[in-house]
Amino acid sequence: MKPRTIVQKIWDSHVVAHEPGAPDLLYIDLHLTHEVTSPQAFATLRERGLKVRRPDLTIATMDHSTPTYALNLPVLDPVGRAQLEQMEKNCNDFGIRLYNRHSDHQGIVHVIGPEQGLTQPGMTVVCGDSHTATHGAFGALAFGIGTSQVGHVLATQCLLQTPSKTYAIRVNGTLKKGVSAKDIILAVIAEIGIGGGTGCVFEYLGSTIRGLSIEERMTVCNMSIEGGARAGLVAPDDTTYQYINGREYAPKGADWDAAVARWKTLPSDEGSQYAHELTLDASSLEPMVTFGTNPGMGIPISGRIPDPASVSNPLEKSDLTKALKYMDLEPGKLLQGHPINVVFVGSCTNSRISDLRAAASIIKGRKVSPKVRMLVVPGSQQVKHQAEAEGLDKIFREAGADFREAGCSMCLAMNGDQLEPGEYSVSTSNRNFEGRQGKGGRTFLASPLTAAASAITGVVTDVRTLL
Amino acid sequence: MKFEKLTSKTVVVPVDNIDTDQIIPARYLKAISKDGLGEGLFVDWRKNPDGSLKPDFPLNKPEAKGAQILVSGDNFGCGSSREHAPWALVQNGFHAVISTSFADIFKGNALKNGLLPVIVPPDVHKKLLNSPGMVVTIDLAAQKLTLADGTSVEFPIDSFAKRCLLDGVDELGYMLQQEPKIAAFEAAHPGAINTAAGR
Repeated sequence: MKPRTIVQKIWDSHVVAHEPGAPDLLYIDLHLTHEVTSPQAFATLRERGLKVRRPDLTIATMDHSTPTYALNLPVLDPVGRAQLEQMEKNCNDFGIRLYNRHSDHQGIVHVIGPEQGLTQPGMTVVCGDSHTATHGAFGALAFGIGTSQVGHVLATQCLLQTPSKTYAIRVNGTLKKGVSAKDIILAVIAEIGIGGGTGCVFEYLGSTIRGLSIEERMTVCNMSIEGGARAGLVAPDDTTYQYINGREYAPKGADWDAAVARWKTLPSDEGSQYAHELTLDASSLEPMVTFGTNPGMGIPISGRIPDPASVSNPLEKSDLTKALKYMDLEPGKLLQGHPINVVFVGSCTNSRISDLRAAASIIKGRKVSPKVRMLVVPGSQQVKHQAEAEGLDKIFREAGADFREAGCSMCLAMNGDQLEPGEYSVSTSNRNFEGRQGKGGRTFLASPLTAAASAITGVVTDVRTLL
Repeated sequence: MKFEKLTSKTVVVPVDNIDTDQIIPARYLKAISKDGLGEGLFVDWRKNPDGSLKPDFPLNKPEAKGAQILVSGDNFGCGSSREHAPWALVQNGFHAVISTSFADIFKGNALKNGLLPVIVPPDVHKKLLNSPGMVVTIDLAAQKLTLADGTSVEFPIDSFAKRCLLDGVDELGYMLQQEPKIAAFEAAHPGAINTAAGR
């Protein structure tokens, strides 16, 4: 038999129908939903008199529009409140389990799925959210879909899909101190550009990836979409199984043994063919930071801001010029030392307990610069409780940071947590697009370590100077 | 949504990597219907903070009025999966976007809303970028884009998406017709999780 990649194996085992002239009808094992991209899909179901086919394979949370202030306060924004109320109604009407704002399981959709053992190797996972690739850390084929497709999955538990090509991203070598999973993925995207993976699924391979924890792998897979790939995954191994074992929805007893035996057949076969390949030496990486208005505009922390004069392609030149104008940055200068106003630690990229621990390790015993407003937003209520149990909340608060309720928060500024026009942030989130964190706001993407270090000094900082 | 032949002038936004946050910012995503999303189209590029229009932005120019085809730089629609982006474009009268490449999720979302993503080679792209307002014809059945100078170029499109657009095939309806196959698959593959049982 021809060697197959993990992507092909998962695909082949989920094809429900293959009719000539139509894409494959692909079965979906887990459908995650949230309040922003689902209301119009539920409306379609109502218009057409359809039911949700598999509410038992569907889970809902509230994350994007939820405020991160105290839970005993009502949602003050009437439009956001209406959206959350509509989510309650939709989930009630269609029999879907919802983790609402007051649930102990509430959180960012890509944090709670893994946390509860819902995400498992070999699954197909979708969500009306481009960061669904996060679940690829478990060796699942997980990708974002639009609202029409949310409706398709609700009604049929299937999607019409054409297979993607597989793009091997190999990362080998040992990371230096102060360099983390976030820096790996920012370096990958800086290398291939934000459209580099269009039409592809990334498979992350190599000794560095193998050495990452599941939470670190989630950070890497999460930003696959920022490299243009709809999905990104890591084949499962003992690290994966250990993380899943014992979680609420994980298989138990004999089912567990059977599941692990099945999962062990998933890794790509020896001799698998890839459409594209990229190899990165982890030991050469520095902490990364973005300077521009897309996640591909990243440089090592010691690097200089690129000069449009050195770019020959006219559209690329004008894009870089436009980005530097928006960011109000001068070409040729160091980004390190640039003053900032806000630090945001959170988002589906970096809001898990290990991210909070990393940030706290730098903050501990220090004070946040008086010029900086620092927000720490745990990815879920469970992460928040764990952080509190470990005393991380105290470390943040004593340093002058704000430790808040769980949600997407300032990653996309839908919930009132936002930058003011002209402000600069160092953010552990995933997008530095114009206005992403608030109209007129300017974002430097970086790791939790870099973000924490910059919060202390008040300028973009190489965390290695504080280690 | 049906689509056959379209002849229209173009409006050109000559920027690469236009992300869906620019097409429609997140603050417009609190809507629970599709109504009024058109107002959010490129709003932070189109308007000053005081709400007045920026005269230089291509969509605000008088000659852009009535254009049904948008020409953009590479990799249009990257970033967020929000289908609000094609909804906002369609509500502003657009039926096609021409670029050298499209982000995967945006492309799928656009096709489901009668908005045709037309991929052209760099030389044709350059001509279009350099001649804002050019009247072009898109013939979906022939998969052909014809420029004002009479030259034409073929563009790729997924055959099923093409059929849906040409014949008005309802994709969800097609999927619902596959019910027996879905049921058979489910019988053979019990789900690994159960978010509903005993709770």
